Amino acid sequence: MSSLYVARSSRVAARSLDGEMMIMSGRDSTLFTLNKTATILWQAADGATSLEQIVQQKICTEYEVDPGEALRDAESLARDLASHGILQISEEPIGMGESK
Amino acid sequence: MSGLLHEMTEKARARNVPLGAQIDLTYRCNERCVHCYLDHDDHGEMTTAEIKHLLDEMAEAGVFILSLSGGEIFLRKDFFEILEYARMERQFCVKLKTNAIMIREREAARLREIGVESIQISIYSHRPEVHDAITLVPGSLKRSLDAARFLKSQGLRVVFANVLMVQNLQDYEGVRGLAKEMGVESTLDPTITPMMDGSRSVLQLGLKQEALRQVFRDEGMLAEVQEACAIASSADENVLSALPCSAGHTTCYVSPYGDVFPCVQFPLPTGNVRKQRFLDIWRDSERMKEVRSIRLRDLTTCSSCSHVGSCTRCPGLAFMEGNMRGPSSQDCEKSFARTGIPSANMLTKKPSAAANLVQIQIAQTASAAQTSSALA
Repeated sequence: MSSLYVARSSRVAARSLDGEMMIMSGRDSTLFTLNKTATILWQAADGATSLEQIVQQKICTEYEVDPGEALRDAESLARDLASHGILQISEEPIGMGESK
Repeated sequence: MSGLLHEMTEKARARNVPLGAQIDLTYRCNERCVHCYLDHDDHGEMTTAEIKHLLDEMAEAGVFILSLSGGEIFLRKDFFEILEYARMERQFCVKLKTNAIMIREREAARLREIGVESIQISIYSHRPEVHDAITLVPGSLKRSLDAARFLKSQGLRVVFANVLMVQNLQDYEGVRGLAKEMGVESTLDPTITPMMDGSRSVLQLGLKQEALRQVFRDEGMLAEVQEACAIASSADENVLSALPCSAGHTTCYVSPYGDVFPCVQFPLPTGNVRKQRFLDIWRDSERMKEVRSIRLRDLTTCSSCSHVGSCTRCPGLAFMEGNMRGPSSQDCEKSFARTGIPSANMLTKKPSAAANLVQIQIAQTASAAQTSSALA
């Protein structure tokens, strides 16, 4: 069972446009867009809900996907977003006020 | 504009989403720039609560890129409260426009902490005697440059904005050199905007044709002068179907008094957020819809001009000349300076009557909140 927690960075600018999230990195003003699935993950990344719970409760209920595969994809996405500084990942719950 | 931002802008336009907006937080200013179009008195600015409410409505409407400008934004005592709310509570991508003379180390550190996309600072010359003679504030260049250094030291993105006019024509290379030396970006704009009370006297500060030509053909400024000054090929159906600009399509402007316009340079009142929801004005204002309906083919004179596909024509400046579908003489001059080919408007030599434009009417009552905007 994954104990990975994810939290949105407070350093970014973000807005939903037609179900897709536009995110501008506070680090270097790079603009990203997230597709609808990634947007679900982003919006649920409150630091308190584990990635596995997010996948089970928000993604698997929305799409017909294998939970194990969906979790692997979500972890890969989360690590990618974290590398750009727009998401924080941790093996412990993250206080949103602490996210940078 | 990056490819991704262009793509999102197109998506926003198709869905009638105001992706970008500018709010002038105040028209009060601590400089008195000779070319400024504003009335610097406070006629009843929106309160902190009103601005926060507007930010809520803008976020809900889809505004992503928010420019906070003025007047001088740091004159508002609640500036950081507003900025923090815009960033932390509503996640806007915030750009600031300021003369920066109130920014010291502490303010720069706070801006880094809150996070802004960029800080645009007005710099008119690298020489104090020229810059300060434009701002009419002795020592203002030094203070603005000190601020730029404080901001840079915090790792923030700084952009020098230089309005080019008769007074500083010889100094644009100096400003560019200074920007390069300090590791900041710079922009140059020879546009002078008529005063908000409709007066056009300030336009006499604008560059004449010979000076414009010097700037547009300066190889130090434009790496590809030949390309930039090339005569556009004849307009086809695609060109004529294009939008005049983003004003009213994906961007808009809100004054310190809550008046909504298609753009800061397009003083066509479309509603007031003190009386209506921002999104209702954006979607339903008949004037906004009229602006939105215009395509290049609808422009009187310009649609048959050889420059139609490459001109920088500003619909707001055209409006201030009396017709939002008409030519903007300043841009005719720019197209002529670039290419040596006079515009259709210049060839007709038909003088256009300037509209009697008043952005702000001051109500003769004690309540400053009754200040309203109207096209007189």
